[in-house]
Amino acid sequence: MPTDHLTRRRILASGTALSSGIALLSAKAQPFTTYPNIPTDQADRPVPADPLQGYLFFTPTEALFVEAAVSRLIPKDGLGPGALECGVAVFIDRQLAGPYGQGDHFYLKGPSPNGEATQGWQMPKPADVYRAAITEVNRYTNDAHGGDFARLAVDRQDEILKSLESGSAKLKGGIDSKAFFTLLLQNTMEGFFADPLYGGNREMAGWKLIGFPGARYNNRPFVTQHGQAYPLPPVSLNGRPDWTRS
Amino acid sequence: MANPDVVLVGFGWTGAIMAERLTAAGLNVLAIERGGWRDTPNTFATTFDQDELRYMWRHHQFENVAHDTLTFRNNAGQVALPMRRLGSFLPGTGVGGAGIHWNGQVWRYLPTDFAVRSHNLKRYGASAIPPDMTVQDFPVTYDELEPHYDTFEYLCGISGKAGNLNGKIQPGGNPFEGWRSREYPNPPLDMTYGPTLFASAATEAGYHPFVHPAANMSRAYTNPLGAQLGECTYCGFCEKFGCGNYSKASPQTTILPILMRRPNFTLLTNCEVTKIELDPGKTRATGVIYVDGKGQTQFQGAEVVMLTAYILHNVRLLLTSSIGKPYDPKAGTGVIGKNYAYQITSSVNVFYDDKIINPFIGAGALGMIIDDFNGDNFDHSGLGFIGGGYIGVVNTGARPIETHPTPDGVPAWGSAWKKSIAENYLKTVSIATHGAVMSHRGNYLDLDPTYTDTYGRPLLRMTFDFTDNEHRMSDYLTDRATDVAKRMGAREVQAKKRAGSYSVVPYQTTHNTGGAIMGDNPKTSAVNRYLQSWDVSNVFVQGASAYPQNAGYNPTATLAALAYWSADAFLNHYQKSPGPLVHA
Repeated sequence: MPTDHLTRRRILASGTALSSGIALLSAKAQPFTTYPNIPTDQADRPVPADPLQGYLFFTPTEALFVEAAVSRLIPKDGLGPGALECGVAVFIDRQLAGPYGQGDHFYLKGPSPNGEATQGWQMPKPADVYRAAITEVNRYTNDAHGGDFARLAVDRQDEILKSLESGSAKLKGGIDSKAFFTLLLQNTMEGFFADPLYGGNREMAGWKLIGFPGARYNNRPFVTQHGQAYPLPPVSLNGRPDWTRS
Repeated sequence: MANPDVVLVGFGWTGAIMAERLTAAGLNVLAIERGGWRDTPNTFATTFDQDELRYMWRHHQFENVAHDTLTFRNNAGQVALPMRRLGSFLPGTGVGGAGIHWNGQVWRYLPTDFAVRSHNLKRYGASAIPPDMTVQDFPVTYDELEPHYDTFEYLCGISGKAGNLNGKIQPGGNPFEGWRSREYPNPPLDMTYGPTLFASAATEAGYHPFVHPAANMSRAYTNPLGAQLGECTYCGFCEKFGCGNYSKASPQTTILPILMRRPNFTLLTNCEVTKIELDPGKTRATGVIYVDGKGQTQFQGAEVVMLTAYILHNVRLLLTSSIGKPYDPKAGTGVIGKNYAYQITSSVNVFYDDKIINPFIGAGALGMIIDDFNGDNFDHSGLGFIGGGYIGVVNTGARPIETHPTPDGVPAWGSAWKKSIAENYLKTVSIATHGAVMSHRGNYLDLDPTYTDTYGRPLLRMTFDFTDNEHRMSDYLTDRATDVAKRMGAREVQAKKRAGSYSVVPYQTTHNTGGAIMGDNPKTSAVNRYLQSWDVSNVFVQGASAYPQNAGYNPTATLAALAYWSADAFLNHYQKSPGPLVHA
């Protein structure tokens, strides 16, 4: 039964950057809760968006398109700021400049024929989709309406967004207008409602709009207060602006 | 490393359960996990866990399909294409597997769920099961698994209310459930508003609401192994997230604090098993091939190999290792990949003008349920389907990127959408239905002829669609949910049926089942009643891959009970006399 070779408690963790500091746990190990070799400074904290102004991924033309589009998807109105005012264009820019845009969680091997809708995403990585699609949308609006999307009247922009949404806008370059619209709308919603540390949802305006209290840790006191308004303001993973002196 | 007694491939729930049981009996166990080490303070601490973008939408605790995915098609007439990003289901990777980001919805199957073919034939006659519906009985009964369900529920500290104690129906519990030998270890969670409104209306309608059994702690709990869990804070970041508060049962909170201290247990992380090696006669496994974190291919010998990965990986390892005969849907022969099944879900939204629901207050399994339309709890005569599902309101926490309830006719964007979401987010209750999927001749798993993973192995190919049975059943459940919704005193009710073909895009459930099913005959099943391969007797295949079809319940408790059942057989019989535990 038990063999002599395996009488020590070990974790063998080999190789990757994440685990290279883990190495071998020695024999006579400490109790589990005081793991000497997985110190708390290896906490897998999020990487906040670069707060510097300016676009890292979008060209000026692309930025104009995205700013105009997100302004129509979630407009500034009597209810409060829209996506643009909440930093959503910057949010999408940072996402595309980072691992997501490069497809770090996408399977990207070919071949990539068109499939059924039920088979899902068959496009390149998100950064490539934006780059190609914005060019083609602007080509489409120039052909049909004599100007880039961002230069058109907002009613016209809404009309074009609807035609992308339905897929009735036929774009060149093999771009699936409906799939691009779905991605753009999803990323816009992400930027409007994600934790502000990623550059969007400025001043938690998206959460305030709907009444979501954010990264509240303990809701126990409110579970059985049926029908009562939640009394606390929203909080981000980085706290609240009024927690610091400015 | 010299041969351990048992090598476990994958280290989520079934891996941790097997490792704990086998090391407690003195065996040397090596677990090989493709992902990294994960624990509460480092991987999902409260200081950064509540991050919807990162964990739900950027998949930072899920399987990464950039390295390995599957291909999908609805039927054999289509060309399967890669699932290029996760959607419909969200498997895990790393220590703890999907047991970190699960909801903690802990259900026992009904006694009749273990006898789907024989029970339905007996009650409804031969026409109840169409020729291409390939359902089979489990080769194990509810009564045999009851002690093992109990073990898992006490391991996890389930919060709930028994409905049937040793045959006696209990007020407040699920009157349809199978008998249980004792009460749940913890009382029910406190209940939020939405589920309460549902339960009142369901009672008025003559149904039998009860509290959802939850692996979210209603109070501090120390389990039989000595692991301590804390009281749930209803933070709403549970489903699809780790728990920073030690309040959700997971391998990390219930088993690892004890297991990791045992000298006869070893865990290898960032190492992916790519193949099970067989002797020349193909009747005995000699060990496993794995790729380590440096990309080096290694061999590890083993006396016994247990597949304890997610079902999709268990099945692919059997296929790539040539263990068992692959299923052929045309001929109806072979077993590996046969009877892949899933879950069918739908919802009914209930919009109020005057009620503040605060849907963000939640826990993964916080809700009220009716089971009146699950399994064979109701008369199916003339309905044109078998099986069923539960209906209820579960407040998992309405994260704001994911949760946008708006009435019919409201556009998906623009000022009209913005106005509608501002009005409805706090005042909407969503009723869910959670239905069974019967197995079908044309729904199966095999190897893809075109696409490969990061190691060059063929991807698994999934061929799956809902059949008439699922659509009729799900529509019936949705109609019943709508009946209750209309009694809830709302402004508007919106039924969202599951129409058309199955799609891998929208999230539904991570309840994939089958492909290495258990049975009493090697011609129609991959493993015997103890989850031992019929073909290679020192290989065991744990997990939901063993289910001959999927019931209307979340699968975790049943796969855990089967792991305990299998461990008992392994220790009491196989260890004394290695070889087939069942002679066909």
